[in-house]
Amino acid sequence: MNWITNYVRPRINSIFSRREMPENLWTKCDSCGTMLFHREVTDNLGVCTNCTHHMNITPRARFTALFDGGIFSEIDVPEPTQDPLHFRDQKKYPDRLRAAQRATGEKEAMLVAAGEIGRTPVVCAAQDFSFMAGSMGMYVGNAIIKAAQEAKRLKRPLILFSAAGGARMQEGILSLMQMPRTTVAIQMLREAGLPYIVVLTHPTTGGVTASYAMLGDVQIAEPNALICFAGPRVIEQTIREKLPEGFQRAEYLLEHGMLDRVTDRRQMREELTTIIRMLTGMPPAVQGDLPPPEPLPDTAISDDT
Amino acid sequence: MTHYLDFEKPLAEIEGKAEELRNMARKNEEMHVEDEAAALDRKAQDLLKDLYKKLTPWRKCQVARHPDRPHCKDYIEALFTEYTPLAGDRGFADDDAVMGGLARFNDQPVMVIGHEKGNDTQSRIERNFGMARPEGYRKAIRLMDMADRFGLPVITLVDTPGAYPGKGAEERGQSEAIARSTEKCLQIGVPLISIIIGEGGSGGAVAFATANRLAMLEHSVYSVISPEGCASILWKDAEKMREAAEALRLTAQDLLKLGITDRVIAEPLGGAHRDREATIAAVGKTIAAMLDEMSDMKPKALVKARRDKFLNMGDKGLAA
Ligand SMILES: [Zn+2]
Repeated sequence: MNWITNYVRPRINSIFSRREMPENLWTKCDSCGTMLFHREVTDNLGVCTNCTHHMNITPRARFTALFDGGIFSEIDVPEPTQDPLHFRDQKKYPDRLRAAQRATGEKEAMLVAAGEIGRTPVVCAAQDFSFMAGSMGMYVGNAIIKAAQEAKRLKRPLILFSAAGGARMQEGILSLMQMPRTTVAIQMLREAGLPYIVVLTHPTTGGVTASYAMLGDVQIAEPNALICFAGPRVIEQTIREKLPEGFQRAEYLLEHGMLDRVTDRRQMREELTTIIRMLTGMPPAVQGDLPPPEPLPDTAISDDT
Repeated sequence: MTHYLDFEKPLAEIEGKAEELRNMARKNEEMHVEDEAAALDRKAQDLLKDLYKKLTPWRKCQVARHPDRPHCKDYIEALFTEYTPLAGDRGFADDDAVMGGLARFNDQPVMVIGHEKGNDTQSRIERNFGMARPEGYRKAIRLMDMADRFGLPVITLVDTPGAYPGKGAEERGQSEAIARSTEKCLQIGVPLISIIIGEGGSGGAVAFATANRLAMLEHSVYSVISPEGCASILWKDAEKMREAAEALRLTAQDLLKLGITDRVIAEPLGGAHRDREATIAAVGKTIAAMLDEMSDMKPKALVKARRDKFLNMGDKGLAA
């Protein structure tokens, strides 16, 4: 685990993305349609400055914004058996995987990291909706188990950001078996007396919701996130009636007692810090922006590399 | 009346013809049809053997859903004594899609829980076609918890198309209910045995089937999604369910290779519905054997073995 490499990478990434994709200077809000400066959206954590719509953000972007000084050490996830069923639909599963890897620059649909938020040591796992709809397969299961094991080893709370269209169908039954597998991981945390906080982001559906994403000590959701087991379309087809406005959205679930809180992404860091520090008996956090830790002199790089 | 599946149509014709001949003979004593009818019987038997020798995954799904297949209620009535149903989740309602209660299996007190699909139009509606609502999982959680406290083994019979995609089910937290039921399965310090007797549909099945020992009937299926659902998502065409069923590897035989099920219970020729008594007896034998395997295990060892089983699951794929 080398935090320096992770410290440097986000900066390099941001330089590249700006140079390579000038057409991406503007982002259109998919809710209100306002054209927003890419930079403006990034600075606002992917929240529309006009209508506060929460756009999807990648785990890496989320972690960069979340951890003190944007520093985190990525935790390696054990590789599962590749394509265990030799699954083929219109495409071969390995081809779909490779396409997702190329498109996202990530290995799989979950990123696990350790670091500090508001000087509070934590382990975080975040699901990547841009990678095959964040679907839960063996890798995601391994990532959650590894995150729980690391949290236990380091005696730290685990924060999990969920986002998924459901199970990874290309892994068939082995994808379904991640429901019990990840549940064992959560039980390990509980037995070790460590807090497990779930932040449900848009959308979190299917088997993911019916396992680790619903077993948090504290359940927080981002505004307007769709959270469900069966999706609204399937339900409408089954009961043959129109569903009410806001059905299965975060605020609706809060009203129905399924969540503790709905929290704006821009306040999430502070809220997570506050909750975790109380649950772990730490003194109140120092308010305000914290400076990043000093990089070590011999590994510091200049901006022109 | 026999209910024939679409791929059994040729069989229906032959068996129909034999039946017709015998009916005619009953009305007309001059007719001698027995030789001809017996020949048709033999032909039907050969065809049945042929059809069932190598059922495609999709055909297995059809057999698993066969309306005359023995259901949870049939197994409970035949294999258990003193069955005492226990109702309700203590929060909202009782769910008729889930049966459960105290019973004796070979005189040993146990907790039995299962999905019941119903066997005619009225009971199917009452049982919601075996699709549990949150109350069903919460009842199961309550019963598993009770079994744990009183040291009773838990036996679950799985037969569900999946969780119910309804408005109320979602509002009352079906995700949470399924997650907690799976969690409870992993917590209890008593033997947990599960048999997939028909359809093991997704999360609704996992909530009961997260067991120390899992057995599947020969033509039962266990899958993350229905072939129709998978086809409509990945093939963008629900009619491609045959291809999807093939790709999903949902048969008992494939799941044995993948280490998901521990045993496969043979079905009578032509499927469980053609000899319900024999099927039920075979399931009973398997339950007894699996209970016996765990009779000496202490609560902690049972919990640990169950958790390790799932943590290690998936380290073997199918051979190329
Ligand atoms: Zn907007």
